[in-house]
Amino acid sequence: MGRVEGKVAFVTGAARGQGRSHAIRLAQEGADIIAVDIAAQMDTVPYPMATPEDLAETVRQVEALDRRIVATQADVRDFEQVKKAVDDGVAQLGRLDIVVANAGIFSQGQLETMDDTTFTDMIDVNLTGVWRSVKAAVPHLRAGGQGGSVILTSSTAGLSASQNTGHYSAAKHGVVGLMRTLALELGQDRIRVNSVHPTAVDTDMIQNEAMYELFAPDLPAEGRTREALAPRFGSLTVLEIPWVEAVDISNAVLWLASDEARYVTGVTLPVDAGQLTK
Amino acid sequence: MGRVEGKVAFVTGAARGQGRSHAIRLAQEGADIIAIDNCEDVPGTPYAGATAEDLAKTVRQVEALDRRIVATKADVRDLARLREVVADGVAQLGRLDIVVANAGILTTPAQAEDIEEDTWSTVLDVNLSGVWKTVTAAVPHIKAHGEGGSIILTSSEAGLRGYENSAHYVAAKHGVVGLMRTLTLELGRHNIRVNTVNPTQVDTDMIQNESTYRLFRPDLENPTREDFGAASQSLLALPIPWVESVDISNAVLFLASDEARYITGVPLPVDAGNLLK
Repeated sequence: MGRVEGKVAFVTGAARGQGRSHAIRLAQEGADIIAVDIAAQMDTVPYPMATPEDLAETVRQVEALDRRIVATQADVRDFEQVKKAVDDGVAQLGRLDIVVANAGIFSQGQLETMDDTTFTDMIDVNLTGVWRSVKAAVPHLRAGGQGGSVILTSSTAGLSASQNTGHYSAAKHGVVGLMRTLALELGQDRIRVNSVHPTAVDTDMIQNEAMYELFAPDLPAEGRTREALAPRFGSLTVLEIPWVEAVDISNAVLWLASDEARYVTGVTLPVDAGQLTK
Repeated sequence: MGRVEGKVAFVTGAARGQGRSHAIRLAQEGADIIAIDNCEDVPGTPYAGATAEDLAKTVRQVEALDRRIVATKADVRDLARLREVVADGVAQLGRLDIVVANAGILTTPAQAEDIEEDTWSTVLDVNLSGVWKTVTAAVPHIKAHGEGGSIILTSSEAGLRGYENSAHYVAAKHGVVGLMRTLTLELGRHNIRVNTVNPTQVDTDMIQNESTYRLFRPDLENPTREDFGAASQSLLALPIPWVESVDISNAVLFLASDEARYITGVPLPVDAGNLLK
């Protein structure tokens, strides 16, 4: 018996990285999946974003586990797109129990010189997109009458700040405020709401030239390799590792989604190898 | 394959309540157990302490799961004794991977200015210094095998916010969070993780007694379990009066397991939203 057997989970940003990992981990433990991803590029994002082929690969991997998945290309900046994807998914899979609002982007810049679009895109995806995803899902959670679990992907940057990522930090802090308010508003229907706070995760969102430049502006471009950057990421954490893996976040998501956490709500759960303690 | 298969866990306050539940839940997922409990009444506590018979029952329940358990009557206030007991347990079970520093007490409610010095000292000795002594006795054995480990300290949501009439308890449980954060820094290089669990009211003997009922319902002459439940529920975001021991055990299990291999330095509330309200 899987730990989320018979449940249906809605996962945003599911084409690759953490989102794909969450979909697979929940499917391994018995859940069916409603998956969305923008699967397209945004102008203010300085690394290649996911593609329709990536989303198709998530579908293949979930189906290989003998679970069902309804995957839709949808942008969390557009409520109607998200709502239609969730409604279609629930119509096909029968119910909704779990929400993993994971879709997020990264970019960088000093706040005083950042252009308006970079700032507003960040808030639109990483904060308002989380609210839209939950808003689209809540009617289905309530309709099930059996409660539910909503997990919002924040970040260590949602609990502390660092330079050159003020818009990201503002959005991720906002996710914590959103989580706390939702926990109060949805608690009477036994819908739990928590946030996960990863340190650097080994995905395409950090393993790219733009992020390397942020961490190693002193190195020549050709010297900014994964190997050269590892100790710099590692210097942030207490445990002696450079970054965590997507599955580590998925295991936290799985625990929060499962009935083992039936009375856990309103909690910020770091998966950060001690970064926030340092 | 259990989620803590092949590991050995040291659990304090294991004769009943949350401690027994932790021992059983970890054993269900494959761990062997080193268990201790004071098994005595503690002066100032308005409820009977656990007994040797309670500890024997924990032993029977763990053994019924086909796991091994070394159980000893020992007080977390006695560091020399803890060192003996842990060394003996490790000698019999072969290693140590997990520590659950759960032993704790609650005394009769009183405003800070009215707390007797003996009572203050006892609460701090058990609920804070006892946690430090537990970890101190255990850490050399975790370091010895070089594979890291997981230490879970039982704090409380009273470790993250204040409450009237429990200054010693609140201070001790806050202290546990400070201890956890320092241990996280000191032990991280040995791949030993340290976290706290922060429960709200748990349905055990420590709170299901007239003293706690009166703390929550000072307006009633003879408050009942139901009266207490209604008052307790009003503090929570979820529509329940309290949580069960197994809910804390499931958090302990998650933190103890390799699924949480990179989680350290975290206070983890299991509080039905109590801290939000």
